Amino acid sequence: MNNKYETVIGLEVHSQLLTNSKMFCGCGSDYQKAEPNSRVCPVCMGMPGVLPVVNRKAVELIIKTGLAIGCSINGETKFDRKNYSYPDLMKGYQISQFDLPVAINGNLNISLNGNEKTIGVTRVHLEEDVARLIHKNEPNGTSHSLIDINRAGVPLMEIVSEPDMRSPEEANEYLIQLHSIVRSIKASTANMEEGSFRCDANISMRLKGTTELGTKVEIKNVNSFRSVFRALQFEQNRQINLLEIGEQIIQETRGWSDESEKTVSQRIKEFAADYRYFPEPDLPPIIISKQWVDQIKSTITELPAEKIQRFIKSFQLSEYDSSLLISNDIIATFFEDTVNECKNLGLNYESSAKTCANLLNVDLSRILNEKQLQISDLNTDYGDFSILIKMISEDTLNSTMAKTVFENMLLLGKSPIEIADNLGLTQISDTDSLEQIISEILSQNSPAVQDYLEGKETAIRFLIGQVMKETKGKANPKIATEIIISQIKKS
Amino acid sequence: MHQDDLKTLTIENARNLLDSREITSLELTESYIKRIENTETDINAFVTISKESAINDAKNADILIDSGEQNLLTGIPLQLKDNLCTRGIRTTCSSKMLENFIPPYDAFVTEALKNQGAVILGKGNLDEFAMGSSTENSAFQTTKNPFDITRVPGGSSGGPAASVSASQCLFSLGSDTGGSIRQPASLCGVVGLKPTYGRVSRFGLIAFASSLDQIGPITHTVKDSAMVLQNIAGFDSKDSTSLNVPVPNYLETIDKGIKGFKIGVPKEYFQEGINPEVEKIIRDSLKVLENLGAEITEISLPLTSYALAVYYIIAPSEASANLTRYDGVKYGFNYIESENMWDGIEKTRQFGFGDEVKRRILLGTYALSSGYYDAFYLKAQKVRTLIRKEFEDAFCDFDVLAMPTSPSTAFKLNEKMDDPMQMYLNDIFTIPANIAGIPSISIPAGMNNNLPVGLQMMSGALQEEKLFQAAYAFEQATEWHKIKPKL
Repeated sequence: MNNKYETVIGLEVHSQLLTNSKMFCGCGSDYQKAEPNSRVCPVCMGMPGVLPVVNRKAVELIIKTGLAIGCSINGETKFDRKNYSYPDLMKGYQISQFDLPVAINGNLNISLNGNEKTIGVTRVHLEEDVARLIHKNEPNGTSHSLIDINRAGVPLMEIVSEPDMRSPEEANEYLIQLHSIVRSIKASTANMEEGSFRCDANISMRLKGTTELGTKVEIKNVNSFRSVFRALQFEQNRQINLLEIGEQIIQETRGWSDESEKTVSQRIKEFAADYRYFPEPDLPPIIISKQWVDQIKSTITELPAEKIQRFIKSFQLSEYDSSLLISNDIIATFFEDTVNECKNLGLNYESSAKTCANLLNVDLSRILNEKQLQISDLNTDYGDFSILIKMISEDTLNSTMAKTVFENMLLLGKSPIEIADNLGLTQISDTDSLEQIISEILSQNSPAVQDYLEGKETAIRFLIGQVMKETKGKANPKIATEIIISQIKKS
Repeated sequence: MHQDDLKTLTIENARNLLDSREITSLELTESYIKRIENTETDINAFVTISKESAINDAKNADILIDSGEQNLLTGIPLQLKDNLCTRGIRTTCSSKMLENFIPPYDAFVTEALKNQGAVILGKGNLDEFAMGSSTENSAFQTTKNPFDITRVPGGSSGGPAASVSASQCLFSLGSDTGGSIRQPASLCGVVGLKPTYGRVSRFGLIAFASSLDQIGPITHTVKDSAMVLQNIAGFDSKDSTSLNVPVPNYLETIDKGIKGFKIGVPKEYFQEGINPEVEKIIRDSLKVLENLGAEITEISLPLTSYALAVYYIIAPSEASANLTRYDGVKYGFNYIESENMWDGIEKTRQFGFGDEVKRRILLGTYALSSGYYDAFYLKAQKVRTLIRKEFEDAFCDFDVLAMPTSPSTAFKLNEKMDDPMQMYLNDIFTIPANIAGIPSISIPAGMNNNLPVGLQMMSGALQEEKLFQAAYAFEQATEWHKIKPKL
């Protein structure tokens, strides 16, 4: 990157709130898997004469989010109408918040290559989602659009950052942090693929050392972390290239295309959109008392950043392993339960934590991917899992065996001992039978023995390989190595 | 029941007739349907007459009465302004936009009346989306004043006021955003009440200006007004602006008299463009109140003169947002022969809305636009707060305020259609109560050239009892409410 320039990035994240019902009516907000237009009523369809009623749970979740990212909570908040006309907006205005959002002035700490940085959060406000439009092109050249109103009125929070990020990497880190916070406090499922966590990015360039903001470009609705990152990288380069040949950046909205890996101009903003905000007359202001805030505060337990630090400290895990483990609540809890159980079984705390983390971070996600499964589909408990860890630490299973047993446990829900027995997977640690096998192998492979005696340490690997072949992989490699060395020395 | 007998019938005495089984609700309902059929060609008060369902309602009401389970309004035939949603009966707002709109839900008030076993005869005509003061802005028909069918009934609840005046029903419910219940009540010689903002749920009232709209009864007498309010007032969890305050028993206090009542008469309501004959009638009415024991004091409410301007910024602003939903995509009128989506939306609105509605959408959109918001909308809201405060202060010293409802009597059809400003000035005396959110009533107080004149009274928020007390005392002392059109 041309280091004459400094990149300035601000992010607006829209995240659907995890409530049972919609923002202003009693319809279920579980629209994702519902039949189109089955979660609708006169209120969310914007029919004449109907009135909104605020979902209290949504207000609580947004207060909770605000608190989790260090915001101050306004003592009085109100709703405003944001006026624009589009067929996905049932009332012709979106009920949103303009000048008195629920939460303001927060911050979020990110860490990149060991450097800590604080990103300011301008505001967190509450609004309603819009309907889904599905555009259909027919083979005969005509086209039409369908409207699914299920999503209209689903509670949405908008989290607006300060323009504090200086690289796509920082933006990516901010998004990951924010995502893990809203998930951990159960404010949102924050599923990006399903559209319950969406990001718009503002990016501009300026000469290093200057403070004035450059002309910004807005990249809309990018639907994965990777795409946000790639879009920002692309846009950063595009803008620098333009500036370098003396061209102006045009203030516009650009869309990211995953196929062409490019941002494409969508709409040029010649003048700012005029949403004609005014206070929503159908909803009186909401008073947020200190008691209410305190009560919500007391429900926030451990935030992701705190949890990572605790995992690093108490389990002696790397930051990488810790953050992978805590990114899913079910896995994090399963991990902690297992390691504690291992301790009860008299195993070493740190080494069982390491073994457990490896199985969960590496093997579990591989198995889930291969078998196209969700965590919730799996059936094993931490008691069985701790026995598996015990078998590994006592060398009853080698690492290949352990993986096979683990996979079968997850799929069949049986105990590891039963599975290992059924599959005949137990290591031969019995020295007598190994002594005999090894003595035969040494006599059949005298050149290798000779090599070892001449100082070629690698010869030992070949011999172990032969032992494994003979025992179908069941020999305990550690014990086998010891026996090989002692037999060669004796001869 | 004989047609002429309907002219003197009130809810109060119909209740007695029904309860004593001298008449059934079915007989009463059939009499009103006949009366509607006889008079409707002259008056045009109904957009929809729901004859079949009314007869059904009446039969059900008779069952309730027979088993002694009746309430105050069981079996009472009524009309609803056609901006109040009725499940299964089309609700048009007298707009082409909603000409064939049949709501799948009832307004809160509709449900309340149905629960009582009241009989819905049909839907009353109005100025399109309640925007107007003469009911001439209806997309379907022009309602005539029963006292003189060459004149307007007022508006926007012209259908309801004319219908009650012509004894086509025992009462009607209207909506009042800037005088839309009281001004037509005044012009048609009936009683019109705009309750405190939030006293009656707005759920199912098709919104014009949400912070000003309020539903209220149009009746033959003050007592009837109290009986209706008693049954439609109260908290509704579906309307966040409805007030969670118990509803007093209005009938218990209505006849307590007004001895010692302090009545303020703001001089600002006797200035701008008031017809001298109307002024004289109102001054005479004040003497009646004084003779009944009230203390009359002339006061000044200097901010009154700003109310009209404030109204014509706030109401169109809210309307401009409330009416954006009518785009032909989901329900209502849809201009089908369009080239594409945007063209379809534009043409739907171009042909679906009338001129006055378009005028107000434009006014409101302009007032809210960036760069103008502070100078118009925000400033209007600030003045609104001051006006509200001015009234609050006045009600520290006075029980009620009294003034004319309208500067003039009913004007000729078409007289003011080409001059929106002249039309808007009709509401100059009624608008302040909407701006302040306070209750206000108009009652018959005299005749000028055979046309009714209304006396308006206002009280502090949630003080409807005082209004009923004062209005009832006046009504008992006068005969004006008994003068009926010759139809």
